[in-house]
Amino acid sequence: MRPATDLPRDGLVAVVKQDCPTCRLVEPVLAQLDGVSVYSQDDPAFPASVAGVRDDTALDVSVALDIRTVPTLLRFADGGEVGRTEGWLRGAWEELSGVAGLGEGLPDHRPGCGSRTADPEVADELLVRTRGETLRSRRIELALEDEIEAAYERGWSDGLPVVPPTPARVLRMLDGTSHAPAEVVAVVPPNLAEATVEKVAVNAVLAGCRPEHLPVVLAAVEAACTTEFNAHGLLATTYAVGPAIVVNGPVAREIGMNAGGNALGQGNRANSTIGRALQLLIRNVGGGRPGEVDRAALGHPGKVGFCFAEDEAGSPWEPLSVARGLAPGTSAVTVFAAEGPRHIADQVSRTPGSLVRSLAAGLRGVYHPKVPTGFDATLVVCPEHARVFADAGWDRTRFEAELAEALLLDPDELERGAGGIEEGIPAGGETGRVPKFRPGGLLVVHAGGGAGKFSTVIGGWAGGPRGSQPVTREVDRWR
Amino acid sequence: MAVILLDPTDERAPAERAPLPRPVSLDGVRVGLLDISKPRGEVFLDRLQELLAERGLTVRRYAKPTYTKPMPPDLRREIAAECDVVIEALAD
Repeated sequence: MRPATDLPRDGLVAVVKQDCPTCRLVEPVLAQLDGVSVYSQDDPAFPASVAGVRDDTALDVSVALDIRTVPTLLRFADGGEVGRTEGWLRGAWEELSGVAGLGEGLPDHRPGCGSRTADPEVADELLVRTRGETLRSRRIELALEDEIEAAYERGWSDGLPVVPPTPARVLRMLDGTSHAPAEVVAVVPPNLAEATVEKVAVNAVLAGCRPEHLPVVLAAVEAACTTEFNAHGLLATTYAVGPAIVVNGPVAREIGMNAGGNALGQGNRANSTIGRALQLLIRNVGGGRPGEVDRAALGHPGKVGFCFAEDEAGSPWEPLSVARGLAPGTSAVTVFAAEGPRHIADQVSRTPGSLVRSLAAGLRGVYHPKVPTGFDATLVVCPEHARVFADAGWDRTRFEAELAEALLLDPDELERGAGGIEEGIPAGGETGRVPKFRPGGLLVVHAGGGAGKFSTVIGGWAGGPRGSQPVTREVDRWR
Repeated sequence: MAVILLDPTDERAPAERAPLPRPVSLDGVRVGLLDISKPRGEVFLDRLQELLAERGLTVRRYAKPTYTKPMPPDLRREIAAECDVVIEALAD
């Protein structure tokens, strides 16, 4: 497409800046080229020895020509570009201009300098000037306000500072996906508002994400806004739960996620910001705010954002995403209802039968040790525990079956009043042993550092079709 | 230069809906009792039904399928069509 500029239909064009030593070096060469149209990016009086230098300090021509380096020499024919060369290369300049003996006394070649369009102080402005019209979000102009304080005052923050979502930052975030800004990703509860790719990007900026995190955020939004996941119920409950995300597949390593030491903790940008982006989206687009639709009695710190990757490379088991039906090597997110995590230590067990009973004992406390089946949970098995099962030849299926067996509870222990505790199941309601978790109500993930005979229980929420079910979605379709 | 920020919200001000005026009397009013399906909600509503019956009122009973999810739109329409007032209750 021919840019709307004063570029000639035919002939030579040079783009230069006075600040560039190579541009100053080739000044006599430009003076040798009859009819060359010279555009100066910084000083319209440069080069002084060339008549009719054109002012491109607004960089419109440089942007239209996608200039990366100065000097750039281009040839146009019939209104179209037919050749260009960057920096000073005598041979290339002679070939492009058709003039022999250029630049007598100059070295044969000299690299150019970066185009002013790439200067940080002008790059943002140019980005917005060239692509800003693709954005549809309401523009809020701040006059004398501090931009981070302004975000707090407008209710956009979870309590921590947010990155101000300027148009330039949002445009750079949108470079993380090929999807159009206007595409609707999901309908977000509780207000059932449509979230476009652009709105997800704005909230990803707020959360501190990088553009390469965006496809994971988009997949998590898609997963969390399904009927099965029931984000509305999870938000509205008085219980202490929020959405958590576990990431599988190559994307986790590509974006530098932590699946090892402190995987559930602080210190990794992708882990910390992807989960936060989902929660900020539910807050800002969905309208889900604490004290309003969020009725949590206590909540927990992971409601700011809870996201980690499975350690697949070090796992003796197939990844969670594969266990849930995706092909190996597929990048995926699984969202699940999550309380705060709680460690189970067993530093003594060396046999799988003993260790699986320890883990079952830790899991029994989810919701209440005497209440079975209603609530889901996730078990994060650390490498030192997983090794005990791997050494005994227990695959994921065997491990999960043995764990379920160890979580069959004696109804006599569960009845109301048993153990001196009034909470429990009605007396006589169950005759046989009762499973602690519904089928599919316990997720198993492998993660954590190499040292420590621990695993972690992440309690869930009311499971199944009447509560919240884990949901897995592929990431690659959002790239 | 002014800083421009892009609005991260859904940009629709929450619909300000004024509540209907409270009925001055229940005479001739169609009353609905809605159980959100938390445990023991029916105990509370059964008693309310008794008390309303003493005033000569009959009621219609409704229940959400589960307390964990919003009311199905069809049930909301049904209640709106069949009742003038509704008492929503949970016990727990």
